[in-house]
Amino acid sequence: MATAVMTTLDPNSRSAARGMSDLTIRNLFIIPTIVFLIVFNIFPLIYSLGYSFTDFRASSAAPANFVGLQNYRELLNDPFIWSNFAITAKYVIVSVVGQVVVGFGVALLLNRDIPLKGLLTTLLLLPMMLSMAVVGLFWKLLYDPSFGIINYTLGLGSFEWLSNPDMALYAVAITDIWMWSPFVMLLSLAGLSAVPKHLYEAAAIDRAGSFYTFFRITLPLVAPILMIAIIFRTMEAFKTFDLAYILTSQPTTEVISIRLYKMAFQEWQTGRSCALAYIVLIMILAITNIYVKYLNKVKER
Amino acid sequence: MAHIQLKNISKTFGNHIALAGLNLDIADGEFFVLLGETGAGKTTTLRMVAGLEKPTEGQVFIDGVDVANWGAAERDVALVLQQYSLYPRYTVRENLEFPLKPKIRRIEPDEIKTRVDRVARTLRIEHLLDRKTDRLSGGEMQRVSIGRAIVRKPRVFLMDEPLSALDAKLREALRTELKNIQMNLGQTFLFVTHDQIEAMSMGDKVGVLNHGRIVQTGTPYEIYNNPRDTYVASFVGSPPMNLIDGKLVDNRAVMAPLNFELPLPVGARTIGATDGRPLVFGIRPEDVYLESGAPVEARVHDVENHGVEKILTLRVGDAMLRATVPARTDVEIEQPVRFAWNPDKVVLFDKGSGVSLRHAG
Repeated sequence: MATAVMTTLDPNSRSAARGMSDLTIRNLFIIPTIVFLIVFNIFPLIYSLGYSFTDFRASSAAPANFVGLQNYRELLNDPFIWSNFAITAKYVIVSVVGQVVVGFGVALLLNRDIPLKGLLTTLLLLPMMLSMAVVGLFWKLLYDPSFGIINYTLGLGSFEWLSNPDMALYAVAITDIWMWSPFVMLLSLAGLSAVPKHLYEAAAIDRAGSFYTFFRITLPLVAPILMIAIIFRTMEAFKTFDLAYILTSQPTTEVISIRLYKMAFQEWQTGRSCALAYIVLIMILAITNIYVKYLNKVKER
Repeated sequence: MAHIQLKNISKTFGNHIALAGLNLDIADGEFFVLLGETGAGKTTTLRMVAGLEKPTEGQVFIDGVDVANWGAAERDVALVLQQYSLYPRYTVRENLEFPLKPKIRRIEPDEIKTRVDRVARTLRIEHLLDRKTDRLSGGEMQRVSIGRAIVRKPRVFLMDEPLSALDAKLREALRTELKNIQMNLGQTFLFVTHDQIEAMSMGDKVGVLNHGRIVQTGTPYEIYNNPRDTYVASFVGSPPMNLIDGKLVDNRAVMAPLNFELPLPVGARTIGATDGRPLVFGIRPEDVYLESGAPVEARVHDVENHGVEKILTLRVGDAMLRATVPARTDVEIEQPVRFAWNPDKVVLFDKGSGVSLRHAG
């Protein structure tokens, strides 16, 4: 149903009686938002770009000196930073792949006539609605080597999930998969239910097996929306902070945003951390851009 | 090649009864057309044969084997749907190859290519082979989906109103094409349509479906000239058969409310029409003719000019009667004319049940 959008002010309205014009009302609604956006987003963004070229420290009263590209040069030559990036990359891959496999899998299971489907879907969405910090805290309890329910259920004795440097990153990724698979599931469900039923019927008539049907019909048709889910999750996983920070403090789980946090608020290297933040921003933009290009290609086909 | 039988099929969707005790027998190599209005249960019947729908009651036999537990793949049928259901994102060639590609079929790539090319030639879509399916017109899409059906060698072809979404010219062309394909392949076709012209021109046999039941099965000639009841009489034919209430009085057919009389249909007595029994007289418009000395006077109510012929609507009292006359007949609206019917062609129906007396016997 198309509803007509009111584009001009009704001359009989109360606002008109108070002598307000279309323009006044528009400004009344838009200006606060724009001010908010500028003060809290645009201004810090530009200001921090300025700081990234200085040796400013927020903890000292010493004036900031302009150092040019020195921060960027040093950061990009720092092997520790690169190892942080490597950890982040590993985390992103494990976590996003896990979420896609679990989320899409559950969506496939749910995409049929089963009793209590609505309730089941809603319940499965719950993890996504929890706060990151809460999830981190209770997974810390679940992972606990001596009384955690995970070791109890799996019969792993006192296996150390979070204090084992080789395992900790995977433990964080598992938590992230638990929390965000529902998101992928939700988008996949939308994509799956948009595949016309008669295509499956046509495939059944054409005697295509279930694998063949899945790879030749289902997957190509769900691909664009799945791609969107992957873009969102990659961006989010790339800047993961809370989960990793709360769950563990292993050097092997020091993803780039934790490094950034430490640099900015524990070591107070404000200028340099601004530069790192910009490097991260550019990387996320670059990765997203690749995805979007790919997404457009998928959609074109 | 297959012989298809449906025995006592019923299908309900919730409270809605789609099919009620349907029986159907389609001989091997026959072009069978299932004709009926929207919602009569045609598509349900088709899907039942395809294995996409399970009957609530009754059995489906293919070549004498009860296929109740067979899926669509095992039944080996080809289905063309009204919505083209081409696989999106693939080219025409990939669509045509689709039914040949699954591993279980193991067809050599050379063989696939020859078959696809042959089908493309038959349907005249060779120039479209490398085009994506979303860049095709409706007619082209439908030809591709027909192609996808005939590229395989299924036991039965099922077609669900494949031509109804196309424009008139193309529909005519494809009608002939499909009939030719069927004759060349010698395959069993089950063709569903609501268009009686399609049914008449294509079918070896036509089954008329109404409210989930087969009302009449027969050759197009039988259906047209000897309809089983008033439903078939009024559904088949364009314009439909004239149906006039009346009774027999002294070897004359007397139309009930109007009291005009026409000569008695030949052999009416022998099939149980007695004086005074309430009847419905059915006469095809082409068997009503204008003649100066004819028994009944009427006024011309409407004239439809169809080029080769004119369809007149005649008014007698407040009853309307259609007559097909040659185009050169010169008539004007409101002009008084006299008409008669061809008594050999009159069909008598029982007023109460609507069943033809010839069939009731």
